[in-house]
Amino acid sequence: MSTALDPELMDYDEVIEKFDPVLGLEVHVELGTETKMFCACPTAFGAAPNTHVCPVCLALPGALPAVNERAVEYAIRIGLALNCSIAPLSRFARKNYFYPDMPKNFQTSQYDEPIAFDGYLDVDVDGETVRVEIERAHMEEDTGKSTHIGGSTGRIHGAEYSLLDYNRAGVPLVEIVTKPITGTGKSAPEVARAYVTALRDLLLSLGVSDVRMDQGSLRCDANVSLMRKDATELGTRTETKNVNSLRSVERAVRYEMTRQGALLEAGGTVTQETRHFDEATGTTNAGRSKETAEDYRYFPEPDLVPVAPDAGWVEELRAELPELPWVRRGRLQSEWGFTDLEMRDLVAADGVSLVEQTVAAGAKPAEARSWWGSYLGQAANARGVSLAELPITPEQVARVSTLVSEGSLNTKLARQVVDAVLAGEGEPDAIVEVKGLAVVSDDSALQAAVDEAIAAQPAVADKIRGGKVQAVGALVGGVMKATKGQADAARVRELILATLGVDGS
Amino acid sequence: MTSSAATDLTRRTAAELAADIASGEVSAVEVTQAHLDRIAEAEPQVHAFLHVSGELARQQAEQVDRARAAGEQPASSLAGVPLGLKDIVVQQGVPATAGSKMLEGWIPPYNATVTDRLRAAGIVILGKTNLDEFAMGSSTENSAYGPTHNPWDLDRIPGGSGGGSAAALAAFEAPLTIGTDTGGSIRQPAAVTGTVGAKPTYGGVSRYGVISLASSLDQVGPCARTVLDAAMLHEVIGGHDPRDSTSIPQPVPSVVDAVRRGQRDGVAGMRIGVVRQLSGDGYQAGVLSSFRRAVDTLAAAGAEIVEVDCPHFEYGLAAYYLILPSECSSNLARYDAMRYGLRVDTSAIGEPMETAEQVMSATRGAGFGAETKRRIMLGTYALSAGYYDAYYGSALKVRTLIRRDFDAAFDAADVLISPASPVTAFALGEKADDPMAMYLNDLATIPGSLAGIPAMSVPSGLAQDTGLPVGLQIMAPALGEEKMYRVAAAFESAYIAEHGSSVPQQVPPLGTPAGPESAATQERAS
Ligand SMILES: [Zn+2]
Repeated sequence: MSTALDPELMDYDEVIEKFDPVLGLEVHVELGTETKMFCACPTAFGAAPNTHVCPVCLALPGALPAVNERAVEYAIRIGLALNCSIAPLSRFARKNYFYPDMPKNFQTSQYDEPIAFDGYLDVDVDGETVRVEIERAHMEEDTGKSTHIGGSTGRIHGAEYSLLDYNRAGVPLVEIVTKPITGTGKSAPEVARAYVTALRDLLLSLGVSDVRMDQGSLRCDANVSLMRKDATELGTRTETKNVNSLRSVERAVRYEMTRQGALLEAGGTVTQETRHFDEATGTTNAGRSKETAEDYRYFPEPDLVPVAPDAGWVEELRAELPELPWVRRGRLQSEWGFTDLEMRDLVAADGVSLVEQTVAAGAKPAEARSWWGSYLGQAANARGVSLAELPITPEQVARVSTLVSEGSLNTKLARQVVDAVLAGEGEPDAIVEVKGLAVVSDDSALQAAVDEAIAAQPAVADKIRGGKVQAVGALVGGVMKATKGQADAARVRELILATLGVDGS
Repeated sequence: MTSSAATDLTRRTAAELAADIASGEVSAVEVTQAHLDRIAEAEPQVHAFLHVSGELARQQAEQVDRARAAGEQPASSLAGVPLGLKDIVVQQGVPATAGSKMLEGWIPPYNATVTDRLRAAGIVILGKTNLDEFAMGSSTENSAYGPTHNPWDLDRIPGGSGGGSAAALAAFEAPLTIGTDTGGSIRQPAAVTGTVGAKPTYGGVSRYGVISLASSLDQVGPCARTVLDAAMLHEVIGGHDPRDSTSIPQPVPSVVDAVRRGQRDGVAGMRIGVVRQLSGDGYQAGVLSSFRRAVDTLAAAGAEIVEVDCPHFEYGLAAYYLILPSECSSNLARYDAMRYGLRVDTSAIGEPMETAEQVMSATRGAGFGAETKRRIMLGTYALSAGYYDAYYGSALKVRTLIRRDFDAAFDAADVLISPASPVTAFALGEKADDPMAMYLNDLATIPGSLAGIPAMSVPSGLAQDTGLPVGLQIMAPALGEEKMYRVAAAFESAYIAEHGSSVPQQVPPLGTPAGPESAATQERAS
């Protein structure tokens, strides 16, 4: 579907010509703590429904919350890595609303006194650095999960009944909220994607979450509004939820821009509302309208004392921050001697760590990049998986690479070995042995083939004897053909020249 | 054992019973059985209990006796002593209702920290005592299971919300009970039943497993017929609990030693402040005269009496009735028919039952009583966007001002005193339809609750005008329980020395109401 042909959508270039997009991104990250935010239940994913529950997370009468110190530590680490100030005293509040998947009928969340505030994240967009300002990062708890049975949509409307699973109820979350992102113009969708990507990499390097968007441990809500070029006030925004992949972040922002542009251009107004992104169609659909938004009756959570992290502890955590992913990338790029373009491609393919591990296992950086960046990249594409999901380890790639540099394999054979590893046929050395793929390096075996090739093409041999050394290629080709490619071409060339008594150097 | 011997057991103090059990003079089972018998005898008239765990209590008593037979040291200085648990504190496997239809039939799958500590101390839990629904009220008339009757006069209220715990003591159904106090629910019932009840410093006793009313005010405390018994129970239940974030990270104060000191040394050298704002208008004449005699008694026992001003106390009631309903509206949101408790089948009452919201709404409509709904509505309103600052925000400011009043008053005095309740026990039904009149019962107790300081009620005698018990409230600075208990014990000793018996010992037999005559007799005797 071409968006420009849809009457409800405006051509993207026209949007940019007439409007300035303003973004606000809210990212929820599920922390990888062992236990829940306010009780000792495990957070592990995938357990049988309602097995990771206790009086606290089921909100049984009388049960009280107690803050998970590890979750506070993770939240502080996130805040520090995002260049935020850490509040010496922050508070939890209650967000009151009735919903069956929320056992207390209020969510315990930080509200106007978050643990971290006023930070930024520098994001690389097509080689340019864009600074995304962070308003705050605050702690809260996840809700349970409703499954609506019956009806056609899987939504609550039309369902016959609903099943509730409280395993996720109380799992710690940190919500990271940006300040309005302005001035990005045409690249707004790319900025949104780059921001979430950088945030994901950062969270992963901090070890605070597994940041799996597909499992919901990283969730993004995208607020989008448009401002006319001559306007002084922000336009009405929509909040798009259910954006479950990096690609969807970009698509959702772009779609909202073209939808709102068409609306505004036709003299309409944008309704402040929550919208849902539809992965299949790439469109957003209206959810509940914010005009009838509930009054959450926030007030400070009286069951919890304020969170007052010791200043010394915060400084310890700051000192322990791991190398930030972009700093690490810069360091590796210079260590490896890659060009900006090579490095960017590698980052885009999520191959930095794989190359790093391959190099650590003994491969030359350029070799490692070549394997992961081209041959294995094609293999991943063909299978529709990420590089990391390919059934080959950096150690195996490094081994193949070493076999090549030792001269035991040539490129063609090496690819056959890699294919065999990908096919689950075992370790590289075993595959070489079983399949007999090693380069024929036995000179006596090669000599016979060389003699045959010379005998078969006497005219070429004469030319070489006469000084036209470059003609040796035709004879090498013959030998390679005769040895089914298992010979080392350089050695073959040497042998041919030696046999003909010519100095080829 | 003869029935008179059994009667004798129910009239002993907890300290005496524990000593007798430890020495082998009597078994824990005999003590428990004597109280179960007394419960069976008194309950038709008093209705202090919502649930009696006879079999469980006997088993717990047997454990104490077996441990003693095996030569083990007693689990605590209260091992084997029976106790009534306010039915807002959960005990695993024993029904808990909080006095509400909403929780009828719910069996908690876990123990409150207080329950764990009672059991670890070898205390025998007889059953669950009656209360106003979710501890909201001053008479137990808001209990969904019918009111408790005051043993001093069965036509009168036992106070509230902890009327069951107080009446059980006055009726000799238990020597110890547990109460909870949000704005006076331990102290006012103690005052109107002539018993002892202490609200510890906020955070002094774990609230884990105590069904929340207003989290920033709720506090668990001991109830007994003597100050020593209350102090012994206080030491069992108090102290830090990591499961309650608001629990004070300090060991429980040495209140038993403080009681012994008060009994021995009186209050010599202590400055006792009389709060000007907590007497006069709104206080019954008989209450005020009893209070004045108490002040004289303390002065005679060696205290320096000073008068203190707490000008912001007059806003206490208004602030309290914003903070409590606000927190309560949120705390009670969990009763939604989804996971436990009542669930109304709306189709049975001819209403649609298509959505969870319809079930929630119908269940909350049917399950909550009028006072509970009133406070949920008040609190929901007070927290609404646009009203928050004017209501909840202002109430928090008043709370700060009241704390400052206390800080200044405690500069001038070691402890503060006042009547614990403005009136003696009123008739059942008298104020049931007048919420404001009911709220005024907590006039004297609310400031201490808002400030989170320890406060207790000890009987100061019987009112001249009604012949019913009057409570003396003693308030101390945060964590100042030792001073509070010392003064309480000194007063109790002085009272007994003056009158020959403690107030609880003067409770008339059930069904023979006390009258002004008994107080007049006491007046002449003094
Ligand atoms: Zn749990």
